[in-house]
Amino acid sequence: MIPAQFDYVRPTSVQEASQALAGDDDAKVIAGGQSLLPLLRLRLTYPTLLVDVGRLSELQGVHDRGDHVFIGAAVTHDEVVRSGVIRDACPLVALAAATVADPAVRHRGTFGGSLAHADPAGDLPAVALALDAILVTSEREIPASEFFVDYLESAMHPGEILVGIKVPKLGPGWGFHYEKFHRTAQAWAIVGVAAAVRRSNGSIAEARIGLTNMGSVPVRARETEARLRDLDLGEAVRQACAHAAEDTSPPSDLHAQADYRRHLAQVLTHRAVRAAAGSP
Amino acid sequence: MSEIDPAAIAEQADVPTEPKQASHEVGRARRRKEDARLLTGRTQWTDNIQLPGMLYVQFLRSPMAHARITRVDVEAARQLPGVVAAFSGRDFAAEQGSLPCAWPVSEDIVIPDHPPMAYEEVRYVGEAVACVVATSRYQAADALEAIEVDYEPLPAVLDMNEALTGTSPKVHDQGNQAFTWKFGQGDIDEAFRDAPVVIDRTYVQQRLIPTAMEPRAVVCTTDGQSFTMWSATQIPHILRFLLAATTGIPEHMIRVIAPDVGGGFGSKLQVTAEEVLCLLLARRLGKPVKWTESRSEGNLTVHHGRDQIQHIMIAAEGDGRIRGIKVDLLADMGAYLMLVTPGVPLLGAFMYNGIYKMDAYDFACTGVFTTKMPTDAYRGAGRPEATYALERAIDELAHELKLDPMQVRRLNWIKHEEFPYTTIAGLTYDSGNYEAATDRAMALFGYDKLRAEQADRRDRGDPVQLGLGISTYTEMCGLAPSRVLGSLSYGAGGWEHGSVRMLPTGKVEVVTGSSAHGQGHETAWSQIVADALGVPYEDVSVLHGDTAISHKGMDTYGSRSLVVGGMAVLQACEKVKEKARRLAAHTLECSPDDIEFSQGAFKVKGTSQQKTIQELTLAAFAAHDLPDGMEPRLDADATIDPENFSYPHGTHLCAVEVDTETGQTKIRSYVAVDDVGRVVNPLIVEGQVHGGIAQGIAQALFEEAVYDAEGNLLTSTMADYLLPSAADLPTFVTDRTETPATSNPLGVKGVGEAGTIASTPAVVNAVVDALRPQGVHDIQMPCTPERVWRALQ
Repeated sequence: MIPAQFDYVRPTSVQEASQALAGDDDAKVIAGGQSLLPLLRLRLTYPTLLVDVGRLSELQGVHDRGDHVFIGAAVTHDEVVRSGVIRDACPLVALAAATVADPAVRHRGTFGGSLAHADPAGDLPAVALALDAILVTSEREIPASEFFVDYLESAMHPGEILVGIKVPKLGPGWGFHYEKFHRTAQAWAIVGVAAAVRRSNGSIAEARIGLTNMGSVPVRARETEARLRDLDLGEAVRQACAHAAEDTSPPSDLHAQADYRRHLAQVLTHRAVRAAAGSP
Repeated sequence: MSEIDPAAIAEQADVPTEPKQASHEVGRARRRKEDARLLTGRTQWTDNIQLPGMLYVQFLRSPMAHARITRVDVEAARQLPGVVAAFSGRDFAAEQGSLPCAWPVSEDIVIPDHPPMAYEEVRYVGEAVACVVATSRYQAADALEAIEVDYEPLPAVLDMNEALTGTSPKVHDQGNQAFTWKFGQGDIDEAFRDAPVVIDRTYVQQRLIPTAMEPRAVVCTTDGQSFTMWSATQIPHILRFLLAATTGIPEHMIRVIAPDVGGGFGSKLQVTAEEVLCLLLARRLGKPVKWTESRSEGNLTVHHGRDQIQHIMIAAEGDGRIRGIKVDLLADMGAYLMLVTPGVPLLGAFMYNGIYKMDAYDFACTGVFTTKMPTDAYRGAGRPEATYALERAIDELAHELKLDPMQVRRLNWIKHEEFPYTTIAGLTYDSGNYEAATDRAMALFGYDKLRAEQADRRDRGDPVQLGLGISTYTEMCGLAPSRVLGSLSYGAGGWEHGSVRMLPTGKVEVVTGSSAHGQGHETAWSQIVADALGVPYEDVSVLHGDTAISHKGMDTYGSRSLVVGGMAVLQACEKVKEKARRLAAHTLECSPDDIEFSQGAFKVKGTSQQKTIQELTLAAFAAHDLPDGMEPRLDADATIDPENFSYPHGTHLCAVEVDTETGQTKIRSYVAVDDVGRVVNPLIVEGQVHGGIAQGIAQALFEEAVYDAEGNLLTSTMADYLLPSAADLPTFVTDRTETPATSNPLGVKGVGEAGTIASTPAVVNAVVDALRPQGVHDIQMPCTPERVWRALQ
């Protein structure tokens, strides 16, 4: 790891961090570093200053706040996976976090970091989107549906710091599944599907589906969600899921061509929905 | 200075007068004695070495696959903080020589000039064009960005078939064909004339990037006259000789040390540009220099492996009996011929007949230049390629004849009672028992039950189909009889050296010419020596990898260490014992013929009179009373040249589930029964088999070096070049049969490459077998989910 030279500060409050960022246009925020360090190592980015927010107390902890769970932005994936609060109240977050890379990365990488990085191939943006999470920054609250703007680009402006994420509790009757398709355990998702399904009397009352790596931002499979509403479990679910790739523009890259990703989105959405609905 | 008193020494060192133990070390599953320091890092890897005044080297590498260098300006880099020097290729043009190719395989071979730092033309992305030497690694890397290079682009040459057309741009002025090499036995035309069945297939061996745990690293220092180089290399001895030959620095002024080295898999069987340049930089600057590659630099510039297009034809009778096999290869050399680049496909040339009998065999190989990183040896080197094409084609033959693929193999293989057997390729397989290994594997695998499940899944139209893959392999290893290497135009011999130093206190120091880089030589050699000399395992230490300590050696590659290097150590032990026997007879006042050796003691037959080897060692050290003409000390050296290769074999069986909806493959079970002859340490063998299978599976399902249309390497990081980890692999069921080799006294065969050679075809045969009802005959490696899915569309 031989990055170009940079300065490093570790502020003690969000306010101090914001000031540090405001004073330098080429400053970057670092927490777990699992996205930034590879870019530094390859000299694909040349920040002059790294502002380490990883230990800010405001960014720590998982808190049950009645109708939602607040997850501090600097909470690591490993902490997410082990959190009883998250497993009880919003298990989809833990299910997806458990698939992130490998144990070493999960012990360093943070929940907030992977959202702020806004990589559509990351597992957690699609989850945040599917759950209608709200991203709390140093300045405002941004719904997940407005947070992911473009490839590696969020709605946050320079100097704004992600403090935490409010994940709404969905209440009883909901089932969850994250279906990740990748070639090796540590590899990025070729396609991932985050599904939350509410069952009622043996049929699907409501479904929310977020897709990983099916465009420049994480996307909802809205057409499939609409078709699944009040649908009996069975062959019709497969047909509804065949619309999962509509309105997506998946990339063609080394790991998969776009048409294959579209196909996978349909198959995996079906699997994720069935699993979330508790159907074998 | 006090008198040396042998008795006092004997007491101090607790020299035994009775044999210490009944030694049965060979065959014992000892944990490796080197592992504690390797695993805890309490050792000296090359990058850990710090010398006073150390400078750090970074290389600027070509971003172009093919271009003329029109200008290199390093002046701005020289002005930056910490920078001691910056050089372009031209600055070393007069002294850097040409990187060596030691295997000019044919008369027509074209060996282009290969300057360590390019100065006229670059021919692959990653070729070094300039370097910076600075007081820190960071400053050196920063300064690279200040170097200006102008390139005049030339067309990239990427496809082997296109490269051989008359209209292709040329990689070198001499053209794109490096060599052709042909070999044949029997009447191949007769074999194919009116053959009832002909299988005609073309397979692609994708390009692979060897990935050792330890990246390459070099340190070089000088005292103004002589040079010491530490390098993460497999071949300190060969490197020393070739550094001298390449640079003109006298060989006796160069010492090469391979300290603990973290894996090589053939990738460190090389004389690299970075090694030559570090030597020249140390000479020019008079300071110690260090270079350690980054992982992405390694992906670009460690020599690559495989990359062949294989055309194989089998002529057979209607009952499945093979008449003859014809092979035509295109082998991608990359941009230059490196140490054994052209020889790699030849190591497979004698293996396309495998374990089978036939009347005719024909082999041809054309080496092709492209504007990519040169290829060279990678675990198995030529033999995995041969085994893959053969075992795939045998499955095709079985399918064509509607026979069970194992039945076709049984019909054709050499029966155990037919050994020694001279194959159609001219090799004499000394021993083997394919029936025994196969029967054991079939039983462990539950072949019939899995076939029944496969039929059931097919009947049900299960979206998850099951495929069974077979690989009944052999390989030639233990490289090699020098006269055979000579007949193949290889630049050196295949002998190995071993020394046994009997220290005065009765401890034993073994020096081996093999150069361990993860294999466990220290443990295995200690076991061999403990048994041979009847000394405790703990009393043996093994030295290796330093040309000043191990003055002769041909190093480690081609599963040769135990079969050649281990046998040299064993022979040195025999010499020690022979001398000790004469000394014992002298001391005990009898004829040497009356001395019998057992468990570390030399006894007068029929009496209780004896001397332990430790007592005799001390007596030979003191040298107060030696027989007339006997030199002091019991130490001995041996250099041996093997008479034959060794031929491990085995049967690997693989069951793969294929998800037809996504194309995802999952290895459900994997059984390997290998026959590597007598086993010195079963744990080491197990480790080699596991790692080898994993590496072969990696080729079948995961790894592929991909260049884009401009010749840029797309798989330059581990996010894109996918290595499987334990999480991606099944539990391997391994077992062994033991048919001792007859070509060496221990009956050992070598195990370093067997797993890799066997596993790739077993896995791909399984994937294809799963999808045969859908009309699938081939899926190009790696069998990615997308490729599997497309094959089904």
